[in-house]
Amino acid sequence: MTSATTISGHQGLQMDEPLIFELDSPGSSGVDLPPPPKVKSRLGAVAARNGVGLPGLSEPEVVRHYTRLSQKNYAIDSGFYPLGSCTMKHNPRLNEKMARLPGFADVHPLQPVSTVQGALELIDTLAGWLKTLTGMKAVALSPAAGAHGEMCGMMAIAAAHEHRGGPARKRVLVPESAHGTNPATAAALGMTVEAIPATEDGRIDLPAFKAKLGFDVAAVMLTNPNTCGLFEREVKALADAVHEAGAFLYCDGANFNAIIGRVRVADLGVDAMHINLHKTFSTPHGGGGPGSGPVVFSEALAPFIPLPAIIHDDDGYRLIETQDDDDGTALAFGRMKAFHGQMGVFVRALAYSLSHGADGLYQASADAVLSANYILAKLKDTFNAPFEGPCMHEALFDDKSLKGTGVSTLDIAKALIDEGFHPMTVYFPLVVHGAMLIEPTESESKRSIDQFIATMKGLAERAKTDAASFHAAPTLAPRRRLDETAAARKPILKWKK
Amino acid sequence: MSQIKFTKDHEWIRVEGDTGVVGITDYAQHALGDIVFVELPEVGREITQGNEAAVVESVKAASEVYAPVDGEVTGFNEALVDEPAQVNADAEGSGWFFKVRIANPAQLDGLMDKAAYQTYLEGLA
Repeated sequence: MTSATTISGHQGLQMDEPLIFELDSPGSSGVDLPPPPKVKSRLGAVAARNGVGLPGLSEPEVVRHYTRLSQKNYAIDSGFYPLGSCTMKHNPRLNEKMARLPGFADVHPLQPVSTVQGALELIDTLAGWLKTLTGMKAVALSPAAGAHGEMCGMMAIAAAHEHRGGPARKRVLVPESAHGTNPATAAALGMTVEAIPATEDGRIDLPAFKAKLGFDVAAVMLTNPNTCGLFEREVKALADAVHEAGAFLYCDGANFNAIIGRVRVADLGVDAMHINLHKTFSTPHGGGGPGSGPVVFSEALAPFIPLPAIIHDDDGYRLIETQDDDDGTALAFGRMKAFHGQMGVFVRALAYSLSHGADGLYQASADAVLSANYILAKLKDTFNAPFEGPCMHEALFDDKSLKGTGVSTLDIAKALIDEGFHPMTVYFPLVVHGAMLIEPTESESKRSIDQFIATMKGLAERAKTDAASFHAAPTLAPRRRLDETAAARKPILKWKK
Repeated sequence: MSQIKFTKDHEWIRVEGDTGVVGITDYAQHALGDIVFVELPEVGREITQGNEAAVVESVKAASEVYAPVDGEVTGFNEALVDEPAQVNADAEGSGWFFKVRIANPAQLDGLMDKAAYQTYLEGLA
C-alpha cells in the first residue's frame, strides 16, 4: 500500500514504480532491427517454443524505470546513514577516479602476469599497509567480505591444529558481545560453539573464559571493539590464556574503524583478524558495491594462509598459485576464491589510505569515536544507555525510556524514515533490550549529527503523548510499513504473471 | 497428573509420565515478536540440559531454545514447520516444539513452577 492519495499513485515527483515485467507492452522495443533473413532452422527440438518472456519496453521507458529505481536507493550519498556495526562512511570521489583508471578497471584475472605488474604492485602495497596498521605478519587478500574472512581465518586455525597433530580441537568459545557471524562461521566449519555471557558492563567475562578453556578448544572468537560499541580491555590477558591452552585467538575486525592507527592488533595477541575494506577503508557498500575482507595473521598462522600469494623479487611481482616449498607456501590451506580478490575495492582502499596518510587514518578513528560519544552524551538523558560511556565508534541505547509509552524501538526507526534519516540498527545486539545502535562515522558534520540528535529528542517527546502517530509511520515514504512477517514466512521470490 | 516447569531461558516442559513436552513461554513469544521460522531437533537426538535443542526465528532475531532436561528427542511438532505462527497464537499449548524422554527426572526439581516463574518474570520487568 502506498501512502499517496493521488490519482496516479505518484507523490509529488516521487514515482510509484511497478516491476519492469508489469510495464510490458508486447511488441515495444528499444531497437529497430531489420527482419532476420529467411534461413532454415537447424535447432530442431532445442528451439525455444514459448519465447523467453522478456518484457517489451521502449528505450525511454527502460531508462526511466532504472533511473527511478536508483532514486529510491537511500545511500550515504543522499543522507545520514547511522546503521550501527556497518560503518557507512563517505566514499571519497578520488577513490572512484582511481578505480576507473584503465590499468585497474580493465584488467582480467587471467591476463599474463607480465602485463599486470602495476595491479599486483597495488595489491602488494595494500598488503603492506594492512600489515603495518595491525602489526601482523601476513595477510590474505582474497576473502570476499567479513564473514568470508572469518571463515578464512578459522580455516587457517583448523589447518594449524591439523599440522600440529594431537587430539581433535572442535570447541570454539564466543562471547555474547561478538558479532552473530562469529558463531555461525565456527558452526559452518563443523565446530561446536559455546557462548560465554557478557559481564554487567557489556564486556567479556575473563574468568568465565579461563574456566572453559581446555585442550579441546580450537579458538576463541571475539569482536573488538565489541558489538556494544565498547573496547574489550582484557584481550591481552585472554590471548595469553588462549595461547597457553594451545588455542588461537580470532578477532572480528569489522569495527576496526574505531581503533585504526591507535591499536596494533598484534600487540593484543590476536592470531587472525579480518578487516572490512568496504567499511573501514571507505568504498561503497550496503546495496552498492561489493565487499572485501582481507585477513591478517600472526606468525604462528602465517604459513597456513590461503593462496594466491604475491611475491616481489628480482623478477618483479610473481603470483603464486600453487603450494610450493621454495615460495614458503607449502602449508597454504588452499584458496578462498578463484582469483585474487576484489580488485576494485583494493584500488579504493589504497587510494583511501594514501590520500589520508598514516596521520589521516589516526585522525579518522578519533573523529569516528568523538562523533559517537557526542551522540551518546547528547541523547543519554533522553534514551537510556545500558552501558556507561565513553563508547567507541557507536552509541548504544535500549528501550527502557520508551516503557509505558506504547512506542517501540521499531516505531522509532519507522518514524525516522519520515524524518529523512536511514534508521539505526535496531534489536541488535541481542543482549540489549530493544537495542538502538547508532554509528555516525567520521564522515558526518556536527551540523548533520545535531540535526539527528534534535530529531531523536523530538521523537522521544512525541512518544509520550502521541503513540498512534508512531504506529502509522512511515507516512511520507513511498511505502507504508511493510509486512515483514509475511515477507519472511511466505516470500515471493519469483515474478509470476 | 501432568506438571509444568519453567526455565530461566523461558522454556516450559510439561511432564507426562517419562516424557516431557517442551515449548517456549508466552512471555518469550511476546518478546520475540512474530515467529517466522522454527528449527526442530530430529527424533533420536540426545539433548543435554542448558544446551541448544531448537532454534526459533522471529522478525527481530534468531534465538536458541535450550533443552530444559537431558534426554532423547521422541517427536516434534510438525505443524510448526508450515505454521510457525502457532507459537505466537498458543505458545504454551498447540505451539509446543518437541517431546523428550526424560533421562534424569531429578533435573525437573531444579526448574521453576508456574508461581516461581511468574515471580521471576516480575523481577525482569
